[in-house]
Amino acid sequence: MEIFGIPTQALFGQLLIGLINGAFYAMLSLGLAVIFGLLNIINFTHGAQYMMGAFCAWFLLERTGIGYWWALIIVPIVVGITGVVIERTMLARLYKLDHLYGLLLTFGLALIIQGVFTNAYGSSGQPYRLPQEFVGAYNLGFMFLPKYRAWVIVLSLVVCLGTWFVIERTKLGSYLRAATENPTLVQAFGVNVPRMITLTYGFGVGLAALAGVMAAPIYQVSPQMGANLIIVVFAVVVIGGMGSIMGAILTGFGLGVMEGLTKVFYAEASNTVIFVIMVIVLLVKPAGLFGRER
Amino acid sequence: MATVLTPAATAAPARRNRFALATAIMAAILALAPFAGIYPVFLMKALCFALFACAFNLLVGFGGLLSFGHAMFLGTAGYVTAHAAKVWGWPPEAAIAAGTLASTLLGVVTGALTIRRQGIYFAMITLALAQMMFFFYLQAPFTHGEDGIQQVPRGKLFGFIDLTDTLVMYFTVVVVFLAGFVFLYRVVHSPFGQVLKAIRENEPRAISLGYDADRYKLVAFVLSAALSGLAGAVKAIVFQLASLTDVHWTMSGEVVLMVLLGGMGTIFGPVVGAFVIVAIESYLTAGIVIGTLHFGPEWAIVLTGLIFVVCVLAFRRGIVGELGAWWLRHKG
Amino acid sequence: MNACKRTLVGVAVAAAFAVGAAHAQTGGKEIKLGVMSDMSSLYTDLAGAGSVVATKLAIADSGIEKRGYKVSVVEADHQNKPDVGSAIARRWYDADGVNAIVDVPNSGVALAVSAITKEKNKVFLASGPGSSDLTGKSCSPNTVHFTYDTWMLANGTGTAITKGGGTSWFFITADYAFGHALERDTTAAVEKAGGKSLGDVKVPINTQDFSSFLLQAQSSKAKVIGLANAGGDTTNSIKQAAEFGIVKSGQQLAGLLVFITDVHALGLQAAQGLTFTTTFYWDMNDATRAFSKRFAAQDKGIHPTMVHAGVYGAVLHYLKAVEALGGAADGLKIVDKMKATPTDDPLFGKGSIRVDGRGIHPAYLVQVKTPAESKAPWDYYKIRATIPADEAFRPLKDGGCSLVK
Repeated sequence: MEIFGIPTQALFGQLLIGLINGAFYAMLSLGLAVIFGLLNIINFTHGAQYMMGAFCAWFLLERTGIGYWWALIIVPIVVGITGVVIERTMLARLYKLDHLYGLLLTFGLALIIQGVFTNAYGSSGQPYRLPQEFVGAYNLGFMFLPKYRAWVIVLSLVVCLGTWFVIERTKLGSYLRAATENPTLVQAFGVNVPRMITLTYGFGVGLAALAGVMAAPIYQVSPQMGANLIIVVFAVVVIGGMGSIMGAILTGFGLGVMEGLTKVFYAEASNTVIFVIMVIVLLVKPAGLFGRER
Repeated sequence: MATVLTPAATAAPARRNRFALATAIMAAILALAPFAGIYPVFLMKALCFALFACAFNLLVGFGGLLSFGHAMFLGTAGYVTAHAAKVWGWPPEAAIAAGTLASTLLGVVTGALTIRRQGIYFAMITLALAQMMFFFYLQAPFTHGEDGIQQVPRGKLFGFIDLTDTLVMYFTVVVVFLAGFVFLYRVVHSPFGQVLKAIRENEPRAISLGYDADRYKLVAFVLSAALSGLAGAVKAIVFQLASLTDVHWTMSGEVVLMVLLGGMGTIFGPVVGAFVIVAIESYLTAGIVIGTLHFGPEWAIVLTGLIFVVCVLAFRRGIVGELGAWWLRHKG
Repeated sequence: MNACKRTLVGVAVAAAFAVGAAHAQTGGKEIKLGVMSDMSSLYTDLAGAGSVVATKLAIADSGIEKRGYKVSVVEADHQNKPDVGSAIARRWYDADGVNAIVDVPNSGVALAVSAITKEKNKVFLASGPGSSDLTGKSCSPNTVHFTYDTWMLANGTGTAITKGGGTSWFFITADYAFGHALERDTTAAVEKAGGKSLGDVKVPINTQDFSSFLLQAQSSKAKVIGLANAGGDTTNSIKQAAEFGIVKSGQQLAGLLVFITDVHALGLQAAQGLTFTTTFYWDMNDATRAFSKRFAAQDKGIHPTMVHAGVYGAVLHYLKAVEALGGAADGLKIVDKMKATPTDDPLFGKGSIRVDGRGIHPAYLVQVKTPAESKAPWDYYKIRATIPADEAFRPLKDGGCSLVK
């Protein structure tokens, strides 16, 4: 059977691959959405922090022999702490100003981080060995799915849904959401709002770093790996709408699939398709698919 | 988004005189600079970016709209101009006009699409649109990919001014820059500019006063796109090439930096910012020495980032803005 | 007003003198080389600071300074931007008295530098750029393109692999002028050698994930997958090809533009089995090993790429020509002298510079070793075939260079 001249089986393979890429978009746009939700800052450093996550994992493996599994836990914490430092020393001083200053500051930070890493580790990047457990592939009938890719989908789904659950369904999450709406009131209830903001930023950065660790075995660990990705993720966030956590997750996966299909039918446009979708969505639904008009 | 430092009490004629004086001084400095041993190619580059930054400042400084995709206007005009001059053999004035027109049209389309969005949304959407244009230019055959359109002929302006002479080219750029600069000043201080500022300060109020805010913002956006295009078109003729650099998103970041460093919402700030950034770029290519440490050219990008961070944290009014504040404090 | 004018003229005259004086300083027994490279992004490792090291080694080995010449080196970062590169080139020639520009690893910047060099009658010693246009339709009497070009890579790899049994190809091509040219030239070579191209997929640059394209390549059932891309795109596609078991399941991976620094960055686990063409490998003979040892000691342990070796060879040959003419002032004469004298250096052996500016020397088809075969760090290549100098590069008549009569 064929659809538009492409065998159905091949199409299933491509859909699955698109879903895997979507997993990365979802993780990254989720982090951006969480940060934006509470801080109202577009974190331009997100791509650089994703890169730091990958480098940090590489560093642990090469210099200390600490492997992939521990890296999944250690790296988000370490990079998250650098995020906390950034928030405390710099971002915290900008909350009273126009939110655009946050964008400019994080843009500058991204340049600094990427520049320093390029000077320290060169431009061609570093290899990260695939963990032994994941060598090999599953035969799905329509394609060979490398074990690691399957793991990426599972892990990112768990992380995304877990985050959604915490924010939308727990008491901690309700404080968070309330602080987004009215920080003074929440402060008055005895919640330490500045600390919550700091931890939220750290958490969002940690999500980026976690995505970086997950990317390390399949993409070359290089200083520029986040620089171009971040703009695509911005478009994903705009399409999804900035108000919603679930929106960020669903749009991430959905656009991964859309991009995957484009790669089959018209590969030349695979980098632009997300921007085209963005333009269309903005024309039809200005606040994004899941967003609220502000 | 930035504090404007025009004291309300200043009478308009006095302000105009001050502006005329300052512009005359600037023009005199520009006229003398190449004879004082300053390299004219550097000056031309700085002037093109100064015009670009001024055009950008109209939008961000007076309209309160931070576009993160302005490189698309600079680059589009550059490509169209270079193609018209090289492949179609158009004279420079026609090629520049074509480039500027192309950017203006792009400004109309992108403006119509984005102008209803605000703040961060506006920044991100312009960024995404610019990225789309980048991929278009990367893949379109007429731009020659990463090679760019090279060896664009400068030709004869109006058929008799020979632009191949560096000094003639330089003074042409000075004239274009000054024309654009004065035009922008007039726009900012026209009734249109006043409404624009009112919208920036309080949009609902301006709307309730009966102004169609979106239309004013759109006009500002298109004007900004057109003048950015003019800068890009002239730049293509000066450097005789149009390349992907000018449409890449880092260029959009760079113009933000120029305006931020010089002083958002000030008249002369973008000019100062552009000169400082272009000077850093030109002279850091050989590296800098601080004490015993030698920082090679590879540190330029880190330095750029540092300037961003320092400006945002400690220096939000920019060079001209801080000087203006200092001046006001001292006067009383 | 008059006084003001007079001061003005005075300033202008003084400035003119200052500029004139700066000009007069060089020429004669002084030589100034400008190494323009990518110091901060994509090509930093394969050229970058290493090209400065190679230039300095060439100056030291030429012994020219013992014979009364004074050679100085300046460096700059062109950031892969043609406008930045051309501004540097103009300033170097106009104001800083640079006699020759070296390296320039980026075809767009190199084409700009080549045009300016011709205009100012200086010398451009190109090692890093790949575009075969530099000695083709954009050739210049002041440019020597020493190390390699895209035609030679495409032709060498395409011909050798097809003759070795890899008769059907599928291309993963970077979707811009450079990638298209690589694919076109390789396809021509493959067809000439009796093979055929089964198709291609054109991929935007800076794509992170190549798995979709690799699956398409896999289902094409082609024997060889040609990677007509560069830099991060190449490393990512090689790495993911390993993940999807492309090479293990019997397809061969051919890189069209791969440097040893890329292999080093990928690691042998991912890169093993990759086949491509190079003009230099550090572990060929005693002379190349000795050079590489000195080089690595000065460039963070990086072993020289063919670009570094080419910088060394080109500068050495240039200095010989300058010495033979007794000065570096006239760029055209120096390049003519370089073309008239056969090249001979420890890294490339004996060769020549053709009338279109093309450096001619043998090329090698290499295959990346498996981790088990590699005995030491940087022990990466098996040399599969040597392509003789007269077959390695594009025939003189095919380039469309105006210098060829």
